[in-house]
Parts: sequence; C-alpha cells; structure tokens
Amino acid sequence: MLRYALILFFVLCGAWLLLSGQWTVLLLSLGIASVLLVVLCAKRLGILDAEGLPLRLLPGLARYAPWLAGQIIHASVDVARRIVDPRLPISPSIIHVDAGQRSAVGRVSYANSITLTPGTISLDVADNQIEVHALTDDAAEELTRGEMARRVCSMEDE
Amino acid sequence: MFTLTGIALLVTMVLALIRAIKGPTVYDRILASNALGTKTVLMIAVLGFIVGEPDLYIDIALMYALIGFIGTVAVLKVSEFGDLGQAQSPRDGDKS
Amino acid sequence: MNLALDLISDALLVIGALFTLVGGIGLLRLPDVFTRLHGAGITDTLGAGAILLGLALAAGWSLLLGKLLLLLAILALLNPSASHALARAARHGIRRPWLDDPKI
Repeated sequence: MLRYALILFFVLCGAWLLLSGQWTVLLLSLGIASVLLVVLCAKRLGILDAEGLPLRLLPGLARYAPWLAGQIIHASVDVARRIVDPRLPISPSIIHVDAGQRSAVGRVSYANSITLTPGTISLDVADNQIEVHALTDDAAEELTRGEMARRVCSMEDE
Repeated sequence: MFTLTGIALLVTMVLALIRAIKGPTVYDRILASNALGTKTVLMIAVLGFIVGEPDLYIDIALMYALIGFIGTVAVLKVSEFGDLGQAQSPRDGDKS
Repeated sequence: MNLALDLISDALLVIGALFTLVGGIGLLRLPDVFTRLHGAGITDTLGAGAILLGLALAAGWSLLLGKLLLLLAILALLNPSASHALARAARHGIRRPWLDDPKI
C-alpha cells in the first residue's frame, strides 16, 4: 500500500515536471500540493493496489511493445492496400478467440492489443472469450493462430 | 514538410466531416467525430511547428486529446442509454 | 547527422500523412460502421504514430520531445478504448454488421 503510494507520488511528480517545465518555488510547491491531493484521493478511492498500478507488467511490456509495433505496421500496410484497391477486397467476419489471461489487466491488454492492430477490433468480452470483428480472413486467421495471446500471457507471467 | 502534413490532415478532416454528415447511423457520425478529434490533435501539434511555437501548441494538443476522449465516451453513453447518470446497463450487471 | 535526422523526420511525416489520408478514404469507402472502424484505426495508430515520431525527431532533445511522446502514449491508450466503446455500442445498437459470410 505504502509502496504503491510512493510510486504513484514519484510518477505524478515526474508528470508534473514534464508538463509544467517551470522551476519556480511557487509552481513546484503547487505541484507537490496537487500530487499529494491526488495520492490522497487515490487512497480514499481504494485504487492503490496491483490493479490500479500494474507495475508487474512493465518489464514484459518493454519486450511486448516493439513486437506489437511491428504487428501494427504490418497490419496497417495490409489494410491500407485493401482500402486503396479499387475492388475493395475485404471479407468482414466475426470470430471468437479465447482470452486465457489470468488477470483482468492481462485480458484488457489482450483486447486493447487486438483493437490497436488494424484489421481486428474487439467487440465484447464475456466468459474469457473475446468477440472480434475482423476486416479480412487473413487478419482473422492471424489472430486465431494465437501468437498475440501467447505473448500477452508470457508478459503476464514474468 | 510540416505544411504538406498539415494539408493532408486538413483533407482527411474534410473526408471525416463528409462521413459525419452522410451518416447513415448515429455510430458512423460518432466515429467520424472521434476521427476528426484525433486529426485535430495532430493538426494542432503540426501547426505548432508550422508557426514556430511548438511548446505552446503541444500543451493544447495534449488537453484536446484527453477532452476529446471523454467527449466521445459521453456521447456514446447518451446515445446508448439516453442518460449520463446511469452507472451500468442491465446487461452488464451479471458480469461485474 | 543533423541532415540525416531531418530526412528521417520528413520521411516519417510523409508516411504519416499518407496513412492518415488512406484512413480518411477508408472512412468514406468502406461499407458499414464496423469496417469503417478499421479504416479509422489506421489513422489512429500508424498515421498518428508516424506523424508524432516525425515531430519528435524535429523537436530534438527538449521538454517538447517528452510531451510529444506523452501525447503518443495517450493516443495509443485512448484510441483503442474509444474504438472498442464505439464497436460495442454499435454491436448492441445495430446488431447486423455487414458480413461477407452472412450465416453468422
């Protein structure tokens, strides 16, 4: 609890310094006051826990983000090519994929990754299954192969 | 090059506006306005570089990005429930 | 060195502008709201990402760089959330997406 409060305090201080960029006494003390107020609010709201600050995922995220960026570029080029193609070669479909991640944060990461990748959008999450709208058969097939699910799981396990 | 990017963004904003006017469903319009908002954020950032005061404009872009998201979600909620005060729809009740 | 950075920055800006335009065209050409979400998705991810990275390279080492990257992170977090909220609302509101295979 105290650990999360301290981490949140330093993260918020960093955010304040980044956004203000002023080093006068008045603004710095105002910043400290605002940060303390926010930490107090977070404590009263009860969000100072592993779910509110998913620090556990950060090391895995550093390895996952570049892979996701590569996937996004690959998928974007594919979707862009189909949009400018005069024949408009799309084949929309709705598929269901398993979200076997243990925590809610893992499932949210998976669903958000699906949406972030052009060509697939998560429509609904129910009973550890994600309903996905895929623009093309290729995108649907890519997703059912489960590479992304595996990587999100391994990010969670670290 | 900033000017070129700005022109491309303006053209895209016009395309999004056409979609917002044509509809046909309310979701198309919300999607178009959301896309317009994202483009506006980029446009403000690029505009800062064009006029040579990027430090000033980037703060506005940051604020616009945050407020635009809240606006989209608020409009979606009104369109689905007809009410901003309701915390949860009945069909969500069994899940959470 | 500086020239190379400028060239990469310009290239990223052009790529971003192109993908943004294609996303806008997709917004008009695609047949229904779900497929249009994919079109808007390109602009939100690769278009915004390339343009902001290009601007970040043009900004150089300063507070501005941090703010541009923060803006990129915010857009990368919020846009899929907005897309999903929209897709979910449309799924419950329209119920009949335009599908290639109508048996589902």
